[in-house]
Amino acid sequence: MADNVTPRVRVPRDATAGEVITIKTLISHQMESGQRKDGDGNLIPRSIINRFVCDFNGQNVIDITMEPAISTNPYFEFQATVPESGTFSFTWYDDDGSVYTDSKDIAVG
Amino acid sequence: MNFTRRDTLLLALGASAAAMLPMRASAAVEDNIAAFTGGADMGEGGLTLVAPEIAENGNTVPVEVSAPGAVAIMLLAAGNPNPAVGTFNFGPLAGAQSASTRIRLAGTQEVVAIAKMADGSFVKASKEVKVTIGGCGG
Amino acid sequence: MTKTTLKSALAVAALFAGATVAQADESAQLVINGEIEMVTEAPAAAHLEGALTTVYSGWLFRDDATQAIQMDDFDNPGMLYVDQGAEMWATAEGTEGKSCADCHGDASESMVGVSATYPKWNEAAGEVRTVTMQVNDCRESRMGAEPYKYGGDDINALEAYIGFQSRGMPVNVAIDGPAAETWEQGRDLYYTRFGQLELSCASCHEQNYGNYIRADHLSQGQINGFPVYRLKNAGLVSVHNRFRGCIRDTRAETFAVGSPEFVALELYVSSRGNGLSIETPSVRQ
Repeated sequence: MADNVTPRVRVPRDATAGEVITIKTLISHQMESGQRKDGDGNLIPRSIINRFVCDFNGQNVIDITMEPAISTNPYFEFQATVPESGTFSFTWYDDDGSVYTDSKDIAVG
Repeated sequence: MNFTRRDTLLLALGASAAAMLPMRASAAVEDNIAAFTGGADMGEGGLTLVAPEIAENGNTVPVEVSAPGAVAIMLLAAGNPNPAVGTFNFGPLAGAQSASTRIRLAGTQEVVAIAKMADGSFVKASKEVKVTIGGCGG
Repeated sequence: MTKTTLKSALAVAALFAGATVAQADESAQLVINGEIEMVTEAPAAAHLEGALTTVYSGWLFRDDATQAIQMDDFDNPGMLYVDQGAEMWATAEGTEGKSCADCHGDASESMVGVSATYPKWNEAAGEVRTVTMQVNDCRESRMGAEPYKYGGDDINALEAYIGFQSRGMPVNVAIDGPAAETWEQGRDLYYTRFGQLELSCASCHEQNYGNYIRADHLSQGQINGFPVYRLKNAGLVSVHNRFRGCIRDTRAETFAVGSPEFVALELYVSSRGNGLSIETPSVRQ
């Protein structure tokens, strides 16, 4: 289900150099497990986001392998160290080959 | 098929007995662990797994893992048809080796976390989560 | 909360049990994003005299983890659908090429307080209308668009967006005047026992809230947070779909989503929540 997939991320606007900040991400996705059956008793094929990656200025923060046991509308909360001003990039990889991205700038003052 | 009263009673007893047992870990759990640890021994301590004792709905169970100094943490739902849940790999800019998410649990079962530490050692933590099956499917 | 004191004897009393597991924090305060204070406990409306003295939001009956999800808009997956609703609001559709916004402007101004007063008597149509009915009337008569499927994903998202504009405002539906007849019909339905289990809405939600029916912690069945994000469905659920689920669980044939019976019941159940804050989109198990 590659339609209607909307990522949401929450990152503070600014931080001090070296500060550890909390990031939250949520993306609308059915995460069809491959275990469910439709009305006619046929197995609904698996269709999930299978990987999520967060980087900052090209350096990795977290790289998550996702299985069908991750709930619908996948939610993650994690911490990142902010060494300097820059950009967080967020990437979700779908089973169907789709890639969803978002990014957030943060200023170190 | 005709059920006698006795058969029906036995079936009912069997069904309720099965319902009362937490779901058992399967061979797939061992396979997942072996793939992650390479068969290495697992210690305890230094890994925190937070999950509710009772989840109101198995479709969306909040869990949090934390292991200071870990390289990666694997999460398993031992009683799910497919026990793998996910693996958190921490990069150089991870501010802490911790993460929260929401997972699906097919029933009351053990949730297991295994952390791979920077020195190549492994630690394990587990927690039983009871999943309530309500009277109101709604 | 002292509400499970003396309950009327029920033929089905065996179904219900007192709290055996303390899992819900019924004295918790619902503050959203650390700033929007919600009224989750209010004196019951005058028409509930003899039935209830205090009305409680369903949020109070949920466990800590479920409660927490509604306390931060980022954590609340219902907000994904509010966002979708915002897009729909601004998207032109139908033969007239109009969007909701073309007539109603900025929803954060024009829709404030609207959901708090619905269902509502519509003088021109001569009937009590739900938000869904009003939206579909706009779509057909002004936009030249197909009506949304009642209780479907589209209208749920749009209704969540409209309801969100009233979040924090007290439910205040009118039950007198021309709406009175429909309201009375809804009240009759509320107290009618349905199905093989012979349960009325009141059996669970008036006489046994706070108790458990199997593993379910019964609330008062308030609908001030609809459309609701249900963890079970991992999506929005409409009031009528919830009604249908409840009646089905009594092992009865249910009324249809969008039926006049459910419109009347929605008006009546809404009026039982007069004074509680609109919580749309709320989060429940």
